[in-house]
Amino acid sequence: MSVYLDHAATTPMFDIAIEAMNTSLRKLGNPSSLHAEGRSTRKDVEDAREKIAKAVDSLASEIIFTGSGTEADNAAIKGLFWNSEKKVILVSQIEHHAVLDPAHWLVEHEGAELIEIPVDSSGVIDLDFLRSVVAERASEIALISVMHSNNETGVLQPIADVVKIAGDIPVHCDAVQSFTKVPLSFKELGLFAMTISAHKVGGPLGIGALVLRRAVEIPALLHGGGQERDIRSGTLNAPSIVAFAAAVEAKLYDARKVAALRDSFESGVLHARPDAVINGKGADRLPGISNITFPGTQSDSLLLLMDSQKVSCSTGAACTAGVHRPSHVLMAMGLTDVVSQSSLRFSFGSTNTQADVDYALSVLPDVITRGLAAHSVGKK
Amino acid sequence: MKIIAAMSGGVDSAVAAARAVEAGHEVIGVHLALSSNPQKYRSGARGCCTIEDSHDARRAADVIGIPFYIWDMADEFHEGVVENFMSEYKAGRTPNPCLRCNEKIKFAAVLDRAKAMGFDGVVTGHYARTEETEDGRTLHRAVDPLKDQSYVLAVLNREQINGAIFPLGDTEKVDIRKEAEVRGLAVAQKPDSHDICFVPSGDNAGWLRDRMGSEVGPIVDQDGNKLGEHKGAYTYTIGQRKGLGLTVPTVDGSPRFVLKIEPVSNTVVVGSREDLAVTSMRGERPIFCGPEIGAAPLRGYVQVRAHGAALDCTYYLDGDQLVAELDQPLLGLATGQAMVIYDNDRVVGSATICETT
Repeated sequence: MSVYLDHAATTPMFDIAIEAMNTSLRKLGNPSSLHAEGRSTRKDVEDAREKIAKAVDSLASEIIFTGSGTEADNAAIKGLFWNSEKKVILVSQIEHHAVLDPAHWLVEHEGAELIEIPVDSSGVIDLDFLRSVVAERASEIALISVMHSNNETGVLQPIADVVKIAGDIPVHCDAVQSFTKVPLSFKELGLFAMTISAHKVGGPLGIGALVLRRAVEIPALLHGGGQERDIRSGTLNAPSIVAFAAAVEAKLYDARKVAALRDSFESGVLHARPDAVINGKGADRLPGISNITFPGTQSDSLLLLMDSQKVSCSTGAACTAGVHRPSHVLMAMGLTDVVSQSSLRFSFGSTNTQADVDYALSVLPDVITRGLAAHSVGKK
Repeated sequence: MKIIAAMSGGVDSAVAAARAVEAGHEVIGVHLALSSNPQKYRSGARGCCTIEDSHDARRAADVIGIPFYIWDMADEFHEGVVENFMSEYKAGRTPNPCLRCNEKIKFAAVLDRAKAMGFDGVVTGHYARTEETEDGRTLHRAVDPLKDQSYVLAVLNREQINGAIFPLGDTEKVDIRKEAEVRGLAVAQKPDSHDICFVPSGDNAGWLRDRMGSEVGPIVDQDGNKLGEHKGAYTYTIGQRKGLGLTVPTVDGSPRFVLKIEPVSNTVVVGSREDLAVTSMRGERPIFCGPEIGAAPLRGYVQVRAHGAALDCTYYLDGDQLVAELDQPLLGLATGQAMVIYDNDRVVGSATICETT
């Protein structure tokens, strides 16, 4: 059997989303056209927008469709910065590269000053640090960006507190991993901007959305037809948008079931390898993500061995040309580069079963034994 | 067998991996990332290990239909090969980093790791052959004399040879390219890589000068008379004639050659062509690819450069040193190079030249 435990990377499309997409693909019409075909496709897109708005608890006009979560993050970080006279950007140390890299780019090219918010050993941001920076420099801060939950560890962040501390400062939140997994309300959180992505929630690849508060205008990354509030140009990708909405509306994600599988897996791992460490275990986490350190191993060896046993998991961290680098997230939590490179991310989704967990646990001990041997020859 | 295919992103290793699959092995492709700061693109035929190369390797693995991973061996490569390259030059010797890489990385770090993970061996695109004999597996020259890489593999010991598979040794390069075309591998016409992979400019002296500085020192004749100045002794090689910048001519107008590099005094010694002649060499740390030899003199060939001539010689072991006595004198032989002994086309073994007379 083969077992897919990398749902945080991407998760299977729901059948209902595939069907919605197929129907839309067969349909003619540019949503911006004024004739009957165009109007019909436009209606599909706007229906979808309303469904997604309902799911994130925002106004429909606050949904701006983008080509990916990364694009939405870039639009938010750069747009909110460009929209401000202020130069300081505050982000957490554990943000996804889709947030960190545009922030670094603004430092290098646009004179921004970047302040990174540290996290504690369980991976939760330091609110006292945020409070003191805001207290001292509120008048200089262009934006704050903190993710709703971390993609490597699943650790949830206190976004409501961040918004409260921020006061008038615009706050952006990358909610790509949290959306549909845990309760999420754009309105209640009081955010300026939020990022979501379809392929993490049973929708297709290549479609995301920036949820941007009504009447907040930010400069565009992509100029052209001005289709999305003049903030994002490009012909609307109707089939993907429709499928995104169908996946969200179906509400097929069973958080309780996924969490039970994750817990079963973690207790099995700790039983087999008592020295294993579950990163972020002390914090509130998403139901489906488990990040585990196996001391004395190298995660790229473990991944190869798991893969050859037909269990798909992830080293969790970003890759440079496929080369595994120490995770900036685990390093921020205080792990050394060696320890962080001994860690794997297993992420569970709606399609997983207890049989998947049992199979993964059955191959794990031999994989770890070989991984330990491979690492010890490497140190020779 | 379960084997790891080391895939550089070039045509040879791609075809080697494909042949290993066809031979019935369970093959997993691995690209070694040897630079911690890889260049995005290849520049001409020089260098390797760029991001473009790793993409080429991945694409080849996908077309062949095998799993593919990248192993980061940048630290191991830097410590074992690049630092050694510098320290050897600093000591006045002329190292061959490709041999060192085979010895320390491809058939040590990779093979060890592969074995620990449950694999039986490593397949590479080197042009060499192995044979199963009564005395165990032996290493031999490839059938294509222009591509033969047995010289750079002569640092492998018997255990490493036993864990190595070289599927290309029986084929000429031109046919490997044709085979790659037929197999649908996009790298079929990719240029061969030359020179030292971590010196993409091809300018070894400049590369060394950038990293080790250039301390001016004297160029002297064999009597110690100063003839000029050099900019870093390590940027010279034995037998070098050009670029000495000497202003004092010889009496008969004949050219001068680098005879010796003395790192401690930072001195380069020059002399006539005749003074370069070497008739005997000794090598330290001998490695035998097949059966070991003893003190009894044997007849065979010695090769001192990757694509150098096979020189008739008598060879034997003297204590822990390998000795080769040449039938005909050889001009310009640097210590630090590898002497590789052949019995016809079989590689007997190798050693690092430490003394020439």
